Amino acid sequence: MPLFARLYNFAHWLTQDRSEAEDLVQDTCMKALKGFDSFRQGTNFRAWIYRILRNTFLTSRTGLRAMMVSLDDEEAPVAEPVAHGTPESILLSNADQQAIQSALEALPVQYREVIVLCDVEEMSYQEIAETLAIPAGTVMSRLSRGRRAMRESLKEASIRRSSLK
Amino acid sequence: MTCDELHGKLMAYVDAELKGGELAEFESHLRGCSGCAADALGMLQTKLATRAAGMRYAPSAEFRLRMEQGIRAKQSPAWWSLRWSSVAMAAAAAVILLAAATVWVDRNGRERELTEIADLHVTELASANPVDVVSTDRHTVKPWFAGRIPFSFNLPELQNSEFTLVGGRVAYFERSPGAELLFNLRKHQLSAFVFKDEAGALSARAGVTAATRLALQMETWSEGGLRYYIVSDAPAADVHALGELLRKAARP
Repeated sequence: MPLFARLYNFAHWLTQDRSEAEDLVQDTCMKALKGFDSFRQGTNFRAWIYRILRNTFLTSRTGLRAMMVSLDDEEAPVAEPVAHGTPESILLSNADQQAIQSALEALPVQYREVIVLCDVEEMSYQEIAETLAIPAGTVMSRLSRGRRAMRESLKEASIRRSSLK
Repeated sequence: MTCDELHGKLMAYVDAELKGGELAEFESHLRGCSGCAADALGMLQTKLATRAAGMRYAPSAEFRLRMEQGIRAKQSPAWWSLRWSSVAMAAAAAVILLAAATVWVDRNGRERELTEIADLHVTELASANPVDVVSTDRHTVKPWFAGRIPFSFNLPELQNSEFTLVGGRVAYFERSPGAELLFNLRKHQLSAFVFKDEAGALSARAGVTAATRLALQMETWSEGGLRYYIVSDAPAADVHALGELLRKAARP
């Protein structure tokens, strides 16, 4: 089943719950199978099926609740903050997997989903825009803000760990 | 391009969104500016760390089984004959369902294993960054995996062959890390995957097995406690030729 494991991974990141992720993937696969004739050959299958999953999530109770979180002025362009040569610039790369997972989990779902689609699923901005039905500029803005929030979260976790030593 | 202009495009660069002249200009600046090069490297490492951490959840065996049963039930004749009433529509539905069945249905563990490996290959080619270590030199690619995967493997000497090594990256199968290597042959791309062949983790088969999944040619075999897979849209003979090179390299 193409993309089954990857769809499940994405669903779990969205719902943060095993049982809900399973329901979400199951609903997605059944909808995709039922509507396979609506998929236009030659178009992006991956974006098509992820869009079904994401739309199904949006109509779930968890999805509706998660999407109620408002994001501050997300259309405004955000320059990627870069800390030249400081430990902060390689903070994420040095953090352990668990710390990165916790930082990702703590993000609002709108930021979490673009980071998972971009960094884990390695979708282009255009594919993400198609999947989430948002402009590519909004994808970039959410990515930038989400990554910055993750960096801040890891920085705080690192400071907390240091103070406990 | 100034350092400030570069920083405005750093995220797009790391996400492989810069193309053509813009990319050339960006990389030209990087070559002459160690500060910006370090920033770009830091961001790239961040992306890779997030990718590894993000591959966190895998579906359980019970859930897979439940899904398979559900899909089979949906594909029963009663289901589609109710949905499509006219003969023409039924014929169209049969074609669609046949295509869907080819793509969707996993009949057993081995089917699933090969389909997932084919899936990894397709995902790799669709990726903006198909490889993390870019090199045609096996002496660069092999050491790059040290510490990233829980085993070592040999890469073949390709100088007298038509194949070119493009690079590699870490792939995950059944939540275990392994090596994913990308080769070029004429206009084809071939992926070779190497995973630990732990008892019970992968389907136990002796010898070389050739298969076709999603119209891709595949070959798999086990050697020295490792399981190898090759996947490509290249002809089966070319897939086999690369397999022979890898098998030769693996033998002491």
